[in-house]
Amino acid sequence: MSATAWAWLVLLFPLLGSIAIAVGYRAIPARVAGIVGTAAIGLAFACGIAALISLLGDEPEARHHASSLWDYASVAGLDIKLGIYLDPLSAFMVLVVTGVSTLIHLYSFGYMRSDEGYHRFFSYLNFFVFSMLLLVLAGNFVLLIVGWAFVGFASYALISFWYRRTTATRAGMKAFVINVVGDIGLVLAAILIFRELGTFDFGPVFEQAPEVFSTNEWTITAICLLLLLGAFAKSAQLPLHTWLPDAMEGPTPVSSLIHAATMVTAGVYLIARTHVLFGLAPTAADIAAFTGLATLLVAATIALVMTDLKRAIAYSTMSQIGYMVVGVSIGAYSAGMFHLMTHAFFKALLFMAAGSIIAAMANEQNIDRMSGFGRAMRFTSITILCGGLALAAFPFTSGFFSKDEILAYATARGGMYLIFTVLGYLGALLTAIYTFRLIFRILPGRPCPEAQELIDSGHLAHGPPRNPASGEEEDTGVGFPGAEHHIAERSASMRIAMAVLAFGALFVGLVQIPGVDAVVGDFLDPVFEGSALSHVHPSVGAEWLGLAIGAAISLAGIGIAYYLYVARPETPAALQRRFSGLHTFLYNKWYFDEAIDLLVVRPALAIGRFANRTFERLVVDGLISGTEDVVGAGGRLVRVVQSGFVRSYALLLIVGFAGLALYFLLSSS
Amino acid sequence: MEAVLFFAAALGALSGAVGVVALRNPFYGVLALIVHLFSLAVLFLLLSAAFVAAAQVVVYAGAVMVLYVFVVAYVGGDTESAWEPIPGQRFLAPLVGAALFVELSIAVLGSSLLALGTEGPDVEPGFGDPAGIGKLLLEDFLLPFEASSILLLLAAVGAVVLAGRKGEEESAS
Amino acid sequence: MNIEWYIVLSSLLFAVGAMGILVRRSPVVILLCLELMLNAGNLALVAFSRMVGNQEGQVFAIVVMVVAACEVVIGLGLIVAIFRRKLPLDVDQLRELRG
Repeated sequence: MSATAWAWLVLLFPLLGSIAIAVGYRAIPARVAGIVGTAAIGLAFACGIAALISLLGDEPEARHHASSLWDYASVAGLDIKLGIYLDPLSAFMVLVVTGVSTLIHLYSFGYMRSDEGYHRFFSYLNFFVFSMLLLVLAGNFVLLIVGWAFVGFASYALISFWYRRTTATRAGMKAFVINVVGDIGLVLAAILIFRELGTFDFGPVFEQAPEVFSTNEWTITAICLLLLLGAFAKSAQLPLHTWLPDAMEGPTPVSSLIHAATMVTAGVYLIARTHVLFGLAPTAADIAAFTGLATLLVAATIALVMTDLKRAIAYSTMSQIGYMVVGVSIGAYSAGMFHLMTHAFFKALLFMAAGSIIAAMANEQNIDRMSGFGRAMRFTSITILCGGLALAAFPFTSGFFSKDEILAYATARGGMYLIFTVLGYLGALLTAIYTFRLIFRILPGRPCPEAQELIDSGHLAHGPPRNPASGEEEDTGVGFPGAEHHIAERSASMRIAMAVLAFGALFVGLVQIPGVDAVVGDFLDPVFEGSALSHVHPSVGAEWLGLAIGAAISLAGIGIAYYLYVARPETPAALQRRFSGLHTFLYNKWYFDEAIDLLVVRPALAIGRFANRTFERLVVDGLISGTEDVVGAGGRLVRVVQSGFVRSYALLLIVGFAGLALYFLLSSS
Repeated sequence: MEAVLFFAAALGALSGAVGVVALRNPFYGVLALIVHLFSLAVLFLLLSAAFVAAAQVVVYAGAVMVLYVFVVAYVGGDTESAWEPIPGQRFLAPLVGAALFVELSIAVLGSSLLALGTEGPDVEPGFGDPAGIGKLLLEDFLLPFEASSILLLLAAVGAVVLAGRKGEEESAS
Repeated sequence: MNIEWYIVLSSLLFAVGAMGILVRRSPVVILLCLELMLNAGNLALVAFSRMVGNQEGQVFAIVVMVVAACEVVIGLGLIVAIFRRKLPLDVDQLRELRG
């Protein structure tokens, strides 16, 4: 079978899985639904592998295929086909998405077991994977937008999965609204591209763009900025990032899949895919890079003080995506994509482990109340340590190679881009500190009551079900989390998934050791051949220097975290007291939510109120009641004649007749 | 001779009309109308409309006026109050009447119908005879003839209905 | 006499009748004035018939008489009905049909 045929199958299986589970949710028992869902993605992964093998059979320069099924819209100069585009970049994304998704489905098999919405969960999750695959495989901008919108919907559906929780539904709406803002940018960019180039298909667009646009022309810059709007909304970069921490209201597998490994990387994929356009608008590319850098630092500082475990990991995601955005914006395309892959592994793993710990804590998410799980939950502790080491770029873990490759590239470009290197290493330091802050809080130390209970009796802690964000009590029916909690130690499916990811988090970096092998780089580089930036290669020596610096920073960060949280545990409190203003500022997430509320939400509400009270009342009602009043007044005026007196009627009659006669007499004479 | 008759009859008609309008007691008004009708009959005769004159006397002065007499006798003739509830009516009415008369006269006298200035063409002796009118009614004007018979039927039915309320009304009050 | 005289007399009678309607309050008298107007019309018709020289105007006058008779019947019937209900026989007081 041809490569594109395998690609179509990749799209088919998750869609079928989603529909099958949705249609048969009453008939299928829960376990079967879970198996069907996981198998669907597993099959998609297998087809992805087959597509990859088929693709590798081609010459490196010829590894791009487009294939379309039928016409999607063929009217008035538009010719949009339901077409996919398979090249190393999309194949790479397909494998990352399906691979991590399969493991997360496996994890959810155990984790969501006692939830009443089990079937719905798997259906939505399969639909999400389908949408994400549609997004990465799309061969033209229209289908990309379709996939983009589907992904946004799936995210909304999954964030507000526990729909009877008000906090969850509100978070879902917030995510959706901010996504829509990004969608506007994407759609406008697509329209502009069509206007300038006359086509939506990727192949022709990227071939014609360098001929039609000259560098830094305002149209291409506008297109790229609008694309960035979409990318930043989806990837939670400043200033459209406020939805991501709130999205932690969704179940942990959702956070793991969507908000760590796949959906939030869609923006990175978009920038990489349209790198030709960004190459023609270096200003836009630089704006993207600086925004990524800003996000990187801001998110890292917030993660330093976050007390909610899942939100802290969410900010970490935001920060790491900042690295990826920087990577693909400054020209380190394969490095950025490599970091995407390694991040998928260790971030998904971190969320899974966090889910396990939160389950042990009876849905409590505040790390101040967690401690001593190193003894209580061995497996979870080991996996969280693996993920943490990778995140902190501990030497020879996957994160180590991927993150430092981006920074080495920045150094190689030189000039202004050295800022990225310096601040990137600062971010790496902060990353190491906050990662191990979490680990040193949760793992060592005297066990907290829940952990103690686990050690002593093997019972899982059980409190009344509570909303972790607001603390209010809730019940456990449909629309709420299930009554039972599942930890990795008790669930085989969870353990398998986490083990595979842990292995990947530690060792997957070995495919891209500078000077030794460059599996990812060699595979992806042909896609970016045309770009001038891709020819900038740091020398092997420079890369190893960068790696050395990175290693030193990582170890320093871990050391600082050890000092603050294990050796001298009273220091954080003292620091908080001394720098209370700064602490409040960071704890309140740099007041972004408040700023958006002030700048966007309140004016919108004010406009609405004005429209309702003034415009609606005066103009619309005025017009209608005014007409009514005029008619009524006219009627009242005329009514005067209807006096009821026959004689006055007769008088009017005769007067009228006399008048008419007079008129005729005058006109005839 | 003809002129004398004309003016006499005209005077009678006019005085009858004025009497109807001016006399307070409706009974006297009815009597004035009868005088008016008879004068008109004379005028019809002067215009060689014998049958119409006869019908006027027999039908109008005979039947219709008798009906009026009965009703006025039943209803009674109360004089009306002097106060006028409609503002300006007493003032406008004669004005309007006068205006009407003037206009109509001007219309007639100033028209280009030259034949108005004559006595009319010479007519054969049988002009206005019942035979001629009957012929017209049954030949050229059959439809109005039949329609007026239906109208008479309607009037009769209406009169019966209006008069036949007696039973309901007396038991209600 | 020229036909003009008859026509002018007819319009005078018509105007008198019209004025009577406007001035009098008793329904019976109003009906009487209505009769005046109808008869004035009849006079005009017959005069024109004489002027033209055929009898069609006279036929018209007869039909008018029929109509007048019917109308009088209904009108008087109404007056009798009003009287029976002990309502005042005054058109100014019978004014419920107003806006």
